Amino acid sequence: MADVALQPDSVGAAQPVRKRSGLKKALKRKSTAAFLMTLPLIILIALLVLYPAFYSLHLATLNKSMQRFVGLGNFEFLFKRDTFWLVVKQSCIFAITAVLFKALIGFIVAHFVHNIPAKGQRKWRGMLLVPWVIPPAMSTLAWLWLFDPSYSAFNYTLSFFGIGPIPWTGDADWARFSVILVNVWYGAPFFMIMYLASLKSVPEQLYEAAAIDGANWWQRIWYVTLPMMRNIIAITTLFSLIVTFANFDIVRILTAGGPLDHTHIFATWAFRIGIEGSDIPLGASVSLFMVPILAVAAIFILRDVNKRGNEA
Amino acid sequence: MSSVTIDKAAPTRTVKLGSMSRDRKWALRWSYFFLTLFAIFSLLPPIYMLITSLKSSAEISAATNPWWVFHPTLENYVGLLTSNQFLRFFLNSALVSIFVVTITMLISVPAAFALARMRFWGSATLATGVFLTYLIPDSLLFIPLFKVFAQFGDWTGIQLINRWYVLLFIYPTLTVPFCTWIMIGYFASIPKELDEAAIIDGASWFQTLTRIFIPVALPGLIAATIFAFTVSWAQFLYPLVFTTSTDQLVLPVGIITTLIKGDVFNWGQIMTGALLGAAPPLIIYAFLMDYYIAGLTAGATKG
Repeated sequence: MADVALQPDSVGAAQPVRKRSGLKKALKRKSTAAFLMTLPLIILIALLVLYPAFYSLHLATLNKSMQRFVGLGNFEFLFKRDTFWLVVKQSCIFAITAVLFKALIGFIVAHFVHNIPAKGQRKWRGMLLVPWVIPPAMSTLAWLWLFDPSYSAFNYTLSFFGIGPIPWTGDADWARFSVILVNVWYGAPFFMIMYLASLKSVPEQLYEAAAIDGANWWQRIWYVTLPMMRNIIAITTLFSLIVTFANFDIVRILTAGGPLDHTHIFATWAFRIGIEGSDIPLGASVSLFMVPILAVAAIFILRDVNKRGNEA
Repeated sequence: MSSVTIDKAAPTRTVKLGSMSRDRKWALRWSYFFLTLFAIFSLLPPIYMLITSLKSSAEISAATNPWWVFHPTLENYVGLLTSNQFLRFFLNSALVSIFVVTITMLISVPAAFALARMRFWGSATLATGVFLTYLIPDSLLFIPLFKVFAQFGDWTGIQLINRWYVLLFIYPTLTVPFCTWIMIGYFASIPKELDEAAIIDGASWFQTLTRIFIPVALPGLIAATIFAFTVSWAQFLYPLVFTTSTDQLVLPVGIITTLIKGDVFNWGQIMTGALLGAAPPLIIYAFLMDYYIAGLTAGATKG
């Protein structure tokens, strides 16, 4: 509203009327109106995203009762704990393996869907996207029941092939495998949809030209499909890397970090320490370790998105 | 592959054509075969939910063939749908989702309009900032946010923690950035002539938004609405942190904290609850699949 005062002509005899018209004029002005329209968004982001984000930096420097400043004490404490390094290792294994398999399966399935006649594609796409639609907390419960130690439907089926009962969530390695499997199940459809959309945008002439040049199917994928999809593959992978790295629901419900912390990742361990163990500063320090990787991924995404914006 | 046979003499032409279509047919068969495998993998958990939800606890603990229902019963559904607690979870979830969708749209549509059309100081930076906010995951913010709201309660005496409506403040941090971002994309694709014509006819900015932009960008609006609803319905971490009393819980947290009593898992009811909790997004998806997919792909492709 500072604009009102800046207008010399609004100072006159009929003060209230003039003032209102000045305000009206300011409201009509493009920049003021635009600013007012974005104001709720700015307030929301400032108060509930930026402020907490910086506040967590402050929190990480306090002691457990949050009364004393301990500097980097929390980080020193974390670096000395074996569990912390276990969590770092597991988070990286979890995120990289899961994203890799999601991307691979998504790519393969997208090709199969693209292969079949256009008439049936909708139906298949619809079925294959179901894992992405169900809230992960709900579908993970179904997986938990499929992995149940005594009533596992998988073990029941496998017993017919003479494969002994598998401790899906009981053994450290199997538990890691199960967590990744559920994450791949949940995330692969997203890749499939993105790749399918980008497959459809590859011009048919390129394949015809490649076929005339005698390219086999592998060369067609390597020299035509992949270069054309490069951008989408990069962006989808980075997106998924962020989401997978910060995953909470699946690990929390399936194993809750067990057995013996062998499936904890940053988010679940921060929850265990910060909320369940009510050591909020230490929990905040743990979750801050996600920032570097997320920041790198975000920078790359931003670069790609901006590049695309300039091309268009 | 078949191009190798091209060198052969003319009479083999028909044979070659036949082999080519046979190749094609086999490729198609393999495609269908693998698609079926993947579809089974995709649909296995929801189908297993349905199978288990139709079983009585006696049949579940009898360890008969888990893939078949021998004595189908609706007792789990009746049990849950007549339980006040479960209905309360459902109501809380519905209230939170509906309010969050409304708040999200009220914030993000005007903001997207301003950012897409009315260039002002810092608008480009703000648009980038909105996109960056979308990349900040919930698991990074839940601890400081919890502390922020606890402190807000200490300072003002308004206790928000452990009330379902605290989620109305928190969920928009997840939904608004993305919805704003895809609405910017949709609004930017509307031809400039359209709103110039409206301005010349004497429409205000607000009228341009409601009479021109919202109707034209309706598909985008629907996609954004669906996204906001799905995110608020499925959110698990924030309600787990912020609400604890059973009458304040939303569906996903409610099912997990109340139906699992110690080490006793009432699997029939858990699966029924999970299926009922998955139903609203699935129903929306079944009817509005194209909008759903548009919203999904818009996040990374619009810019």
